[in-house]
Amino acid sequence: MYTSLTEKLIDWSIALYLWGFRIIVVLIVVIGTVLTLIGGKYNSQQWIDFVVFGIAQGSIYALIALGYTMVYGILRMINFAHGEIFMSGAFSAYFVASALEQSGFLDQNPLVALVLIMLVAMAASTGIALLVERVAYRPLRQAPRLVPLISAIGASFFLQYTFRGLFGPGVYAYPVVELLQGEWTFFGINILKAQVVVTIAAVLMMLGLYTIVMRTKIGKAMRAVSEDKATAALMGINVDRVIVTTFALGAAMAGVAGVLYALVFRQVNFFMGFVPGIKAFTSAVLGGVGNIPGAMLGGLFLGIFESLGPALFLESLGIVAPYQLKDAIAFTMLVLVLIFRPSGILGEKLTAKKA
Amino acid sequence: MAILEVENVHTYYGHIHALKGLSLTVEQGEIVTLIGANGAGKTTTLNTISGLLRPREGRIRLRGEDLTTIPPHEIVARGVVQVPEGRRVFARLTVQENLEMGAYVQKDSRRVREGIERVFTLFPRLKERRQQLAGTLSGGEQQMLAMGRALMAQPKVLLLDEPSMGLAPVLVDSIFATIKRLNDDGATILLVEQNARMALQIAHRGYVLQTGEVVLSDTGENLRQNEMVRKAYLGIQ
Repeated sequence: MYTSLTEKLIDWSIALYLWGFRIIVVLIVVIGTVLTLIGGKYNSQQWIDFVVFGIAQGSIYALIALGYTMVYGILRMINFAHGEIFMSGAFSAYFVASALEQSGFLDQNPLVALVLIMLVAMAASTGIALLVERVAYRPLRQAPRLVPLISAIGASFFLQYTFRGLFGPGVYAYPVVELLQGEWTFFGINILKAQVVVTIAAVLMMLGLYTIVMRTKIGKAMRAVSEDKATAALMGINVDRVIVTTFALGAAMAGVAGVLYALVFRQVNFFMGFVPGIKAFTSAVLGGVGNIPGAMLGGLFLGIFESLGPALFLESLGIVAPYQLKDAIAFTMLVLVLIFRPSGILGEKLTAKKA
Repeated sequence: MAILEVENVHTYYGHIHALKGLSLTVEQGEIVTLIGANGAGKTTTLNTISGLLRPREGRIRLRGEDLTTIPPHEIVARGVVQVPEGRRVFARLTVQENLEMGAYVQKDSRRVREGIERVFTLFPRLKERRQQLAGTLSGGEQQMLAMGRALMAQPKVLLLDEPSMGLAPVLVDSIFATIKRLNDDGATILLVEQNARMALQIAHRGYVLQTGEVVLSDTGENLRQNEMVRKAYLGIQ
């Protein structure tokens, strides 16, 4: 094929730029890491704390990311309101949690209370997600792809400011669950109880979801619809019902994630869904959007990376406030993945049919 | 009364008038074939019957019941099942899961298992590959799977869209033999084919479509003898 000299020059400069970018990033990480390890600023307990926190945080991202990835798998649409679905769950559960605390039930039966709080969060998130799907997405199903995306951003703002309007812009302190205070010691390593519980709960939810998708009739139908809607309909599958189920399952995961997030950070606010939402979206892209194990892996990876990153390679480079760069690290990761492996860690190459 | 009746159907793609007052009937136990060139409206006819496309005018009836306003999945539940063009098996589901999806409207899991066994008797190759992903099957095996999947819904009328497309000649013969066998076992079939020669050999009756209209309809035997059909679709001078 004929390519002109200018086209070649452009190709080369793009390649050069990308390689430069790669090298700079790798240099920063390597030099920073080496300096930190030589400096020996942190002891092993502190490193373990970083990793454990990263895993807890990452499993929350993973739970939220599932909702993005499943909806994308079925509708090829990014549900940008998903972060707000997460917030709605946490926020609604807050009221139940504080009522339970005031009545003393939370301290008497902490496990029952926690399950109750999670059920409320799941119900609230699912209800709101189904409403959003019905009002903001379903009427636009035949519209060009940009249209539902804009509608999703609209829905996101609508939910944020509805909560702000109803409950004000302030931060509500989540009740403290005594059971989750303090640390457990495993093999001489101290780990915060809350982080262990959060991780276990998230992993259980993910296993449950994975089983639903792989083993049940509705799960198989979800996979069939995500491959080919028209043929699924020709097999007698009610495609709308499968889509609604997908939204509901994703939202239930986000609801649980909302409670887990509140257990770790002990507060809720109308804006709390935004950053975790975007991080979870990043996780979904990291893992390969549309891929369920990918979303789980992407979430964990991002959580650990951003928890470890500032201490591991930013601090020794003389950066004044490395922990403020957590989010910058997360989004640098996103950009890197998009540049070097656009299909994500577990993603397949997007074929013309799917793109 | 005909089991399937298509009456004066007009279907559009946007502004394109794809079916212009098409009518046809299928009787219980028949193989009826639609032949015609690319773009004559054969697939459009099947997709209109299946409810993927909505006719702007006209009626489609199954044993007298109007299907025109019913969504596709409920048309399947009433017994009109399509094997789409290009097979369209679910590549990332196993053979077994594909068959289960075919039986989606069947609530009784024992009947589903029986159905799967029936399909495996008809296509023993699929049994060997039941845990394999459908995307790894050969073209012929995918066609068997697509037909088996449709049979899982226990259709009253089976719509087949280009079952021989893209298959090696020896496989084409075996697919047509299977269609004949299904019909001998009592299945009612509406068959769309580019391969008019093969289709007219097994069909009781046929319709010739041109630009969205029926221009000729007769028994399979008579159509094979017809001068116009021989020239245009059988390539005989």
